[in-house]
Amino acid sequence: MSQNIPAAASAQAPSVPPPAQQALPPQGVVQGSFGGMAARSGARIGPARIAIRDLNFYYGTNKALKGIGLDLPDRQVTGMIGPSGCGKSTLLRVLNRMYSLYPGQRAEGEVMLDGQNIIHPDQDLNALRAKVGMVFQKPTPFPMTIHENIAFGIRLHEKLSRAEMEERVEWALTRAALWPEVKDRLHSSAMGLSGGQQQRLCIARTIAVRPDVILFDEPTSALDPISTLKIEELIDELKRDFTIAIVTHNMQQAARCADQVAFFYLGELVEVAPAAELFTAPRQKRTQEYITGRFG
Amino acid sequence: MSATTTSSIPGRPKDERASIALGRRRARTDAVVRFLCTAATILGLVFLASILATLVVKGAGGISLRVFTDVTRPPGSGGGLLNPIIGSLIQVGLATLVGTPIGLLVGTYLAEYAGGSRFGTVVRFVSDVLLSAPSILIGLFVYQILVLPFGGFSGWAGVVALAIIVIPVVVRTTEDMLRLIPNTLREAVIGLGAPKWKMIVLVCWRAALSGIITGVLLAVARVAGETAPLLFTSLGNLNWSLSLAQPMSSLPITIYSYAGSPYEDWITLAWTGALIITLGVLGLNILARAVLRARR
Repeated sequence: MSQNIPAAASAQAPSVPPPAQQALPPQGVVQGSFGGMAARSGARIGPARIAIRDLNFYYGTNKALKGIGLDLPDRQVTGMIGPSGCGKSTLLRVLNRMYSLYPGQRAEGEVMLDGQNIIHPDQDLNALRAKVGMVFQKPTPFPMTIHENIAFGIRLHEKLSRAEMEERVEWALTRAALWPEVKDRLHSSAMGLSGGQQQRLCIARTIAVRPDVILFDEPTSALDPISTLKIEELIDELKRDFTIAIVTHNMQQAARCADQVAFFYLGELVEVAPAAELFTAPRQKRTQEYITGRFG
Repeated sequence: MSATTTSSIPGRPKDERASIALGRRRARTDAVVRFLCTAATILGLVFLASILATLVVKGAGGISLRVFTDVTRPPGSGGGLLNPIIGSLIQVGLATLVGTPIGLLVGTYLAEYAGGSRFGTVVRFVSDVLLSAPSILIGLFVYQILVLPFGGFSGWAGVVALAIIVIPVVVRTTEDMLRLIPNTLREAVIGLGAPKWKMIVLVCWRAALSGIITGVLLAVARVAGETAPLLFTSLGNLNWSLSLAQPMSSLPITIYSYAGSPYEDWITLAWTGALIITLGVLGLNILARAVLRARR
């Protein structure tokens, strides 16, 4: 199976996302301090795909994020850790503007993606969400067949012929490591899948839209260890094509999956560093205390 | 019992006999509650069964092909129930067709758009009042706005009166069923870049489908037996007529007038008509459930 994404019309089948050409140059604020430290995978922290600057977020009058500055490196995995209520999920919900569903929630500052500040009120939300996909804590299969679940997202943004659609659905399910399990039951209800399968279906549904960035909000906290392992392997595989941010309560998971890890506490970004560095030689006392289990 | 241990567990030492007595007391209370619940259930079932049994005993004897093929005739000259059956089918069918979309849209508005707004609260309250309003009031209302100004009783007026009864039933069940859908499902649809209306129409309605259909069936069952609102609107018609502009026959009205008559054959037909309504609603229910189960 080629890892190229089937293109709608062109024969050259370009791999998504269009690589670094649109990515922002490394930002001094965070990147500069790494001094060439290598992450777990041996890869350096690359140029930013999403650059967050001076981000504040409010639930009504309650300030949930305070002056966040963070880069999500292109086609690498950023793990976000911290105790409950520290703002890591809130940050994820800023990146696809999910918070805009709820009146009273607002963000200020800068979140740059492809040269646009996505938290600007003029941002086209549906176009943004096609670029920034999300996988949730609990599997959320739609009440339709497995095939329709995948096709649903694609049809929102593209008009494909039947053959192109079949190809895309197979591609997405294959990338999500689900194809062998469901290829004979594509037209039965997605509600009949196991929890782990449902979560991989949700991942397939998300990548079928061909986003640039995928946000994972505690994607394995409702799953058994075997399913968790599969999802983690999947994330490792997906970062070849997608920029990934994952919120997790599981520090081993962050250490296993992430190239770069950000530690949040009480709405502040305490420290961000390549995973190996953050877990072995944290520079902040609070990071040290959290990763050694002294609180949180 | 004296303390035989040096345990640090606070409180008096456990008394074996006291806990046995407590167990007996609980068993007695359990027996009493169980008896009351079972008795209430049996009481309810006895009434239901006796109603059904009376219906079958008195109505089944009158069932013959003639009931379904012949129109109502003067007492002593035979005749069937063809025009009331067709009249009821037409009026209940049209009222459901008119009332269901309105109720569905209002219920959707309340669940998906109104939130806690003042207007939504008022609409919800008015709909609930309408739900419990005596149906004869609805008949009188339609009499005032449709029968008096437009020169007489008509099938249309009956349809409108029944539709007004259908609407609040569908509003309530639609809203309740949509509110049962977890917000995570909505966020998953929005997260793919779907506009809100697609989320509602393609996913939420589908997820709530079985509940909404149950609501529509409840409404059909309710209006199929309504007599009062038809007394002032479609009036009833002893002659064969399919014109909605004319007074129209219906089963409840025919049962009402036949059952109160002194003629033996009319009284038997009234029982038969009642049995037909009951079996019709029951059959519709079973059919809908079977269809829904087959879809899964």
